[in-house]
Amino acid sequence: MSNTLKERGNGGSRFALSFSSLSYKAQRRVIIILFSILPLALLATFSYLPLYRMVYYSFFSWNGFSKNLNFVGLENYMTIFTRPEYFSVFKVSLYYFFATFIQMGLALYFATILTFKIRGKNFFKGVLFFPFLLNGVAIGFIFMYFFRPDGTLDALLHVFGLSEFIQLWLGNPDLINISLAGTSVWRYMGFNFIIFLGVISSIPRDIYEAADIDGANRWHQFRYIIVPSIRRIIELNVILSISGAIAVFEIPYIMTGGANGSKTFVIQTVDTAFKFGKFGLGSAMAVVLLIIVIIVTLLQNKLFKEKGA
Amino acid sequence: MRGKKFWLVALTLVFVLSLLAACGGNNNANQPANNGGNNASANNGGNAGGADESAPEEISGDITVITHRTDIVDSVFKEEYLPRFQEQYPNVNVSFESITDYEGQIKIRMNTEDYGDVLNIPNDIVPEDLPNFFEPLGSLEELEQNYQFVHEQQYDGISYGMPTTINASGIVYNKRVFEEAGITELPDTPEKFLEAMHMIKENTDAIPVYTNYAAGWTLGWGDAMVPISGDPDYTNHILVREEDPFSADKPLHVIYKLMYDLADQDLIEEDPTTTDWEGSKPMIANGEIGVMFLGSWAITQMQDFADNPDDIGFMPFPANVDGQVYSRAGGDYKMAVNVHSENKEAAKAWIFWFANESGFAESQGGISALKGAPMPPALQAFEELGVELLSETPAKPEENGWLTQIDNMSEVGLNQPNFKQRIIEAGVGNRDESIDDIFADLNDRWNEAMHEVTGQ
Repeated sequence: MSNTLKERGNGGSRFALSFSSLSYKAQRRVIIILFSILPLALLATFSYLPLYRMVYYSFFSWNGFSKNLNFVGLENYMTIFTRPEYFSVFKVSLYYFFATFIQMGLALYFATILTFKIRGKNFFKGVLFFPFLLNGVAIGFIFMYFFRPDGTLDALLHVFGLSEFIQLWLGNPDLINISLAGTSVWRYMGFNFIIFLGVISSIPRDIYEAADIDGANRWHQFRYIIVPSIRRIIELNVILSISGAIAVFEIPYIMTGGANGSKTFVIQTVDTAFKFGKFGLGSAMAVVLLIIVIIVTLLQNKLFKEKGA
Repeated sequence: MRGKKFWLVALTLVFVLSLLAACGGNNNANQPANNGGNNASANNGGNAGGADESAPEEISGDITVITHRTDIVDSVFKEEYLPRFQEQYPNVNVSFESITDYEGQIKIRMNTEDYGDVLNIPNDIVPEDLPNFFEPLGSLEELEQNYQFVHEQQYDGISYGMPTTINASGIVYNKRVFEEAGITELPDTPEKFLEAMHMIKENTDAIPVYTNYAAGWTLGWGDAMVPISGDPDYTNHILVREEDPFSADKPLHVIYKLMYDLADQDLIEEDPTTTDWEGSKPMIANGEIGVMFLGSWAITQMQDFADNPDDIGFMPFPANVDGQVYSRAGGDYKMAVNVHSENKEAAKAWIFWFANESGFAESQGGISALKGAPMPPALQAFEELGVELLSETPAKPEENGWLTQIDNMSEVGLNQPNFKQRIIEAGVGNRDESIDDIFADLNDRWNEAMHEVTGQ
């Protein structure tokens, strides 16, 4: 007992390093490092390391599991840019690109409506957000049954006496991408919606009250209060949706496997790498896609900034 | 107290870091290990085939068997085979793992060392890679005394894989539908086949041909190459040197022209894009479908759904060479031992037991890898029809793997659904290109890759 007391008296902290003995600056630094090390480690392991490997593989000719990697330099990239069929699939992305605007419009519409006082508000919020919680594979299967001949959609049309409008929703090459893009809207709208809802509800109530007193109607409130307040979030959603449209994969891959003209660039990449055993070429295609997404995002950012200024 | 916490955190940190470092280290270790491991395993080849070297009781260990048969892994493998296996090998514990997308996932797992002890060799592996991944089962010379089709996964005269079963190529059909349609004789030319399908369309409510377009892997019509040519050398000796293999009268043309004509003449399902593989089984069993182009492995799967299993019949591809009709016999997936396995003896014991005693092949309507086993009933009909079974001659050692290389390089994909779906789409009128455009494109791509691989 007395020993410990004595040690403390003698300034034991000089020997036993304790956290509180560090300077404020050092403490702060340690805490920052400690808190960020785990997310950074995860980020490095699961994002940057695979990215690095992908770029690395894109310079090789490799079948995915063989021990022989042959360095081929830029040949994979040359192959991509000299074969037009690799790029023609991007026109499929246009369907998803246009669907994005419908998706955002709907999301914004529902988010705005559900901000105001409405009966069953929480129920509708749940209903709208629910599809996003579903597993993408499950959604693929649900909609496969929905679109097949005599499936759910056709049965529904029968009930409403609209039988003459029945189509081969996936069999018709002019319709297939619209059907698939519709599925995509159904799935991702909830995500946009919940983000919009979050920001809109962060707008202080008293602004609406002031607007009410000034005689503003709902449309004015939407146009002059809500839209300017969530501008940045709209931008963010547009960026996310557009890069999403360029890289569509899950829904068409599960529902059609890219058949009947629904092939997207990512399906093309997966086919190249896994069906034809060209991992190097597949990696190069993935790198090209990454670069395209970065360029589009930068362009968009620039456009929005100029508009804002 | 504070000091204590700091050290706790610091320790945790060190732990996490070392864990990450360990992961990294492992990764690196995998890669340079390549070539060294190579030679070592190749040397083992000499004494292989040695499943029967030591007494069954002496073999022990835990093994994991990876299979693509998600449908029967529990009901048959675990509950039926395992107890019987353990009667003989009481000290071997077997656990099973099944993968739905087998081809896709196993190749990724093979980049690690953890891909089970017994697994099926993925289809598009090139032969010189076999020793890097799999333990030799024995020399061809030795194994071929007792087993057939062990040459389909071989390198340098050493076999790495034992076929789970051997399939005959052909067409599964519903006999009752054929009767109702008034088809009395099985067609033996594509023209007669088309006529027969028209009869089904006119005289019954059944869909004449169900393509299973959506599932993709079910479009394996290419097995008919050997039967059409009537030449067992076709696949590995002629096709690898064939200029324009998709041009008129060549086997690939005959097969896929028939596919196109069927689609073009509305003899397939209304909407191919929404076909359902599992759903197609009861449909053919109940007479809602006339035929499906599937190998003999499919017979029992269809019969399982039929009230009267005898309704399901099996016929060869409608083609003949001077009146003789052929079918191709070929090994299904080959089982192999992971070269990194810790219980190789136990793993081999499972493979040889599976081939010799499980009765798997018979239960699947296939031919056993074990020589001298009786023909399954479904294929006995072939003997009555006078169909001759051909097995492909293996490629010359220096040309081993050419076909896979050409196929991958050209992105034609003989075993992939891509161009077949394209042909069906063209047939139902969903594409701007004609069947001749498709054949021309496939020919061009094939020729370019063929010249590069063969150096001719």
